[in-house]
Amino acid sequence: MQGFLKSEFFFNYRRSASAIIGSALMLLFAVYVAFGPWLVAQNPHDIASLELLDSFKPPAWLPGGDPRYPLGTDGQGRDMLASIVYGARISVMIGVVAMLCSCFIGTALGLLAGFYRGAVDSFIMRVADIQLSFPSILIALFLMSAVGTGIDKVLIALTAVGWVVYARTVRGSTLSEIEKEYVQAARVAGLPDRKIILKHVLPNVLTPLIVIATIQVGTFVLIEASLSFLGVGVPITQPSLGLLVKNGFDVLFSGLWWTSAFPGLAIMILVFGINLFGDFLRDELNPRLK
Amino acid sequence: MSAAGQPLLDVRGLETRFYTFAGVVNAVDGVSFTVGRGEILGLVGESGGGKSVIGFSILGLIDSPGKVDGGEILFDGDDLAGKSESELQRIRGREIAMVFQDPMTSLNPLQTIGQQMDEMLRLHSDLDGRARRARCIEMLNDVGISEAERRLKNYPHQFSGGMRQRVVIAIAMIAGPRLIIADEPTTALDVTIQSQILKLMRRQVRERDASMILITHDLAVVSQMADQIVVLYCGRVVEQGPKEALIRKPAHPYTQGLLGSIPKLHGRQARLTQIPGAVPDVRNLPKGCNFRERCPFAQARCAEEEPQQRALGAGRSVACHFPLEEGTEA
Repeated sequence: MQGFLKSEFFFNYRRSASAIIGSALMLLFAVYVAFGPWLVAQNPHDIASLELLDSFKPPAWLPGGDPRYPLGTDGQGRDMLASIVYGARISVMIGVVAMLCSCFIGTALGLLAGFYRGAVDSFIMRVADIQLSFPSILIALFLMSAVGTGIDKVLIALTAVGWVVYARTVRGSTLSEIEKEYVQAARVAGLPDRKIILKHVLPNVLTPLIVIATIQVGTFVLIEASLSFLGVGVPITQPSLGLLVKNGFDVLFSGLWWTSAFPGLAIMILVFGINLFGDFLRDELNPRLK
Repeated sequence: MSAAGQPLLDVRGLETRFYTFAGVVNAVDGVSFTVGRGEILGLVGESGGGKSVIGFSILGLIDSPGKVDGGEILFDGDDLAGKSESELQRIRGREIAMVFQDPMTSLNPLQTIGQQMDEMLRLHSDLDGRARRARCIEMLNDVGISEAERRLKNYPHQFSGGMRQRVVIAIAMIAGPRLIIADEPTTALDVTIQSQILKLMRRQVRERDASMILITHDLAVVSQMADQIVVLYCGRVVEQGPKEALIRKPAHPYTQGLLGSIPKLHGRQARLTQIPGAVPDVRNLPKGCNFRERCPFAQARCAEEEPQQRALGAGRSVACHFPLEEGTEA
């Protein structure tokens, strides 16, 4: 810890407004995601705790607002703040898990493609090209029509799109890394391929992935929101932020703007925070900008 | 194990080709040489002369589009060319080790040098953790790195270039290989460090009774180190023989040219001579002698007929129609 506080990374972090704001926003969401159920009064998924008479209350500071519902309520009398906290849990969970799956699959395939080149490389990279030509929404629609909706299907759809960027990055770094003499030296030392890949190549291609992974969580939150908004995302029993926006959108033109605007704002703040911090990481970890 | 008279490494008619879009490159074209036990062989030639390819061919590490197309590589009587990948993995590092040119890139930047040395021992010995550690410390001391115990925990970037090359040598030597292939081991180092490193390698090889192939473009380095010299040009051996004789009286005009381009500290020398022209395109070698277009002594026959190796006596041979006369001083 002492070492970290004295590192150049921390030095630059303290001097970067965007890094501090970005990480503060991420931390805010992390706290809500981790401790949300204890921070809000209502469990919006528990029908017993809902009060139908409180439906469509405006935010607390507007006439007719109720101090129990700071951001107002929706048609079922659900507190918007509680809904957003619970929704953010689902959104962030989907973003992070899909990122981890993409990163794992993409890195593994990228290493294989870069290390073995030839036919393996061509095959993996052509699959990646094909993959990129399908928008994630299309893949989600295919999946949904084949096996129905669900969080797992959303994860599959996101991973199917997300692995490509890791595979390409890792393949590129691997190609340049295996030209270096320490990889040659490892081969000359009689190390089997598996060990060379895992112990020598992998650690040396990981750095750029940290940036990609960070930014990708934000991207995935957005894609998931669009999927849910279109009705091909998460099921209605597990409303993510995107689904909240959609639910609110149905009554938006009745002047009940808060049911849609606040979840949207939450998405924006979350993605903004992630991108701010991601930009800082990119500048920090890119040796060419040093 | 084997007959004492048998050389440690006997390369016979090695051919390594690269099948590229622009044509087939004969990087190594029928090269033969032997490395005796405890002997240091200098492999000399210009850039692009196929020197490094020979090293990688011996270890079976030629990647596509390259391929070892012919010849035998007898290591202690065993043909390496016919071995499987897993058999070769047991030989690499344990029997034959390699030292690379650039110590800045030949160590993994993310592992301590202790981890990298330990990896070799785990792979190629049955020692337990404590014994391996002791061996690593001993090895670092051997290559002249002080405070070895503390240094084991250091990362490569904490060492200077010369120190790193010492570490690389320690890693190469640690599993007790019988043959070390050093590919331009001092080219990337400061001149002041070069001779230290060369002396260190020479001592390490001699002490362990190992053999070494020293690949370099620098005849000065070779003359300091080697017992035997093989001069390569365009993937072929143009001249080989014991160091003293070959340096004193080169028989091939190319060897003479190489020697003439080294500055001498003693004696009078008006001008450094250079070899005119450049190495011909290896995809499209001229008919006859490859060197004739740059050779001051070329005659009609050189354009027609490719010179074959012929013995000169005293263990020397040359591939030239008109080898330089005895007594032609370089």
